[in-house]
Amino acid sequence: MENRPQWGTRAGFILAAAGSAIGLGNIWRFPAVAYENGGGAFFLPYLFALLTAGIPILILEFTIGHKYRSSAPGSLGQIRRGFAGIGWWQLAISFVISVYYAAVIAWALSYAIFSLNLRWGEDTQSFLFGDYLQLADAPGQVGGIVPGVFIPLIIVWLVTLFVLYKGVRKGIEVANKIMLPALIVLFTILVIRAITLEGAAVGLNEFFKPNWDQILNGKVWVAAYSQIFFSLSIGFAIMITYSSYLKKKSDINNNAFIVGFANSGFELLAGIGVFSILGFMAVQQGVAVNEVVAGGVGLAFVVFPKIINTLPALNELFGFLFFASLVLAGMTSLISIVETFVAGVQEKFNVSRSRSVLLGGGLAAIISILFSSRGGLFFLDVVDYFINNFGVALAGLVEVIAIAWVARELKNLQSHANGISDVRIGLWWTICLAVITPFVLGAMFIDNLIRNIRENYEGYETWFVTAYGWVVAVAAIVIGIVFAAIKSRHEKASISKGVSQ
Amino acid sequence: MDASAIVMMVIGIVIIWGGLAVSIVNAVRKGGRQETESES
Repeated sequence: MENRPQWGTRAGFILAAAGSAIGLGNIWRFPAVAYENGGGAFFLPYLFALLTAGIPILILEFTIGHKYRSSAPGSLGQIRRGFAGIGWWQLAISFVISVYYAAVIAWALSYAIFSLNLRWGEDTQSFLFGDYLQLADAPGQVGGIVPGVFIPLIIVWLVTLFVLYKGVRKGIEVANKIMLPALIVLFTILVIRAITLEGAAVGLNEFFKPNWDQILNGKVWVAAYSQIFFSLSIGFAIMITYSSYLKKKSDINNNAFIVGFANSGFELLAGIGVFSILGFMAVQQGVAVNEVVAGGVGLAFVVFPKIINTLPALNELFGFLFFASLVLAGMTSLISIVETFVAGVQEKFNVSRSRSVLLGGGLAAIISILFSSRGGLFFLDVVDYFINNFGVALAGLVEVIAIAWVARELKNLQSHANGISDVRIGLWWTICLAVITPFVLGAMFIDNLIRNIRENYEGYETWFVTAYGWVVAVAAIVIGIVFAAIKSRHEKASISKGVSQ
Repeated sequence: MDASAIVMMVIGIVIIWGGLAVSIVNAVRKGGRQETESES
């Protein structure tokens, strides 16, 4: 591994890791989750989850990547040979996420252009589902490609694959050094404008007002852990891959604190911005804030365009800032997601980076065309839900149990991290990973499993949920096992060379 | 804004953005110290 690429600077790694963590979910998921789970009181379980699961897992994954200097299958496989399967499973999950995540960035790219003349008009819901997505009549129908989604999707993939083709230092690091600061500047301008709008204080009051009755509700704590887990890009190979490019002398523990707090800091900024704007909308319409609160696709592509229409001035600029922020946040995350399997394929088959980008990234790009079809939104909704709840969360749980309890490797990894870090980790880190994280992730998984066995997600038909939800989640596990089991020509040659020596 | 909402906003900002600031300052100071050590 002497020729392994490396980050040019420490800041380059931190920006890339923070850029990966800061994604679409920070902007459209966190504000709604916090509001629905106790408002200001949610910060207590949220901070607890950050310190007992988020940052400890970040330290764990940074240490694994740094110590074993390989992609996720390679690194985990060096701890125990069988663990390579967990790594390949995580790569399969990343592959699935990349194919639909690119489509959402493509929507945001289209909307950044639409905002220049507020093309969505007055009825923003009809514009999104009818004019823009041309949504199919029923889930499961493909219904042909929508050119308005397909063209920006191709642009998103071309930029992503070009960045990855240029490599770690000249591609990923340079892209993140441009995109992440640009995102922070654009979003800060947007937030400053938002908090100066009439009614912003009403929205902020609603967002931060603590509902202490909720604090003892177990679901609020599960929501806090879920938010931290899904938001930090942990559990699906990204942080192991990125940290495998660190220089030998790297302060792992402090880097993890910076990345963890940067991600949460951006979420807090997004919460302030989003609820200021929702407060403005509520005051304009003369309704309570809880009547206009939304999250996810609805918040970004239906509610926000509606608010942009009603702003007193500079509507087009405000719209462009918002959707450009979504594009930048999404791109830095997509680059990291695709890099996981590009690195995995490159190592497994000993091919050049350009070939690996073309094979891995190219295949993902082709499959993602499905999400530019008229039925794309339905596919995206189900695949996203299942691959997160029964892919990312489960793979994270298995990874932690395998390392903490099966291989009992925490002590060695702790020594490795402390050996090169300024801030030392101790018993707190071990307890978080060996006890708290498996317990919470296990509870989350069982709760989700029971709920989805009892009733279909969002009331979709059973065949649709099975084909595009359960099968995709199980296929990721099967692919993980198969890829770990098969030996490439390169691996066979390495084994026989080892035997003859 | 209610007093309780303002208090929670300030706590959130101080802990999260303060935590980020402290981590970055620590990284910068350590970086500077390492450079000084390598020079001497």
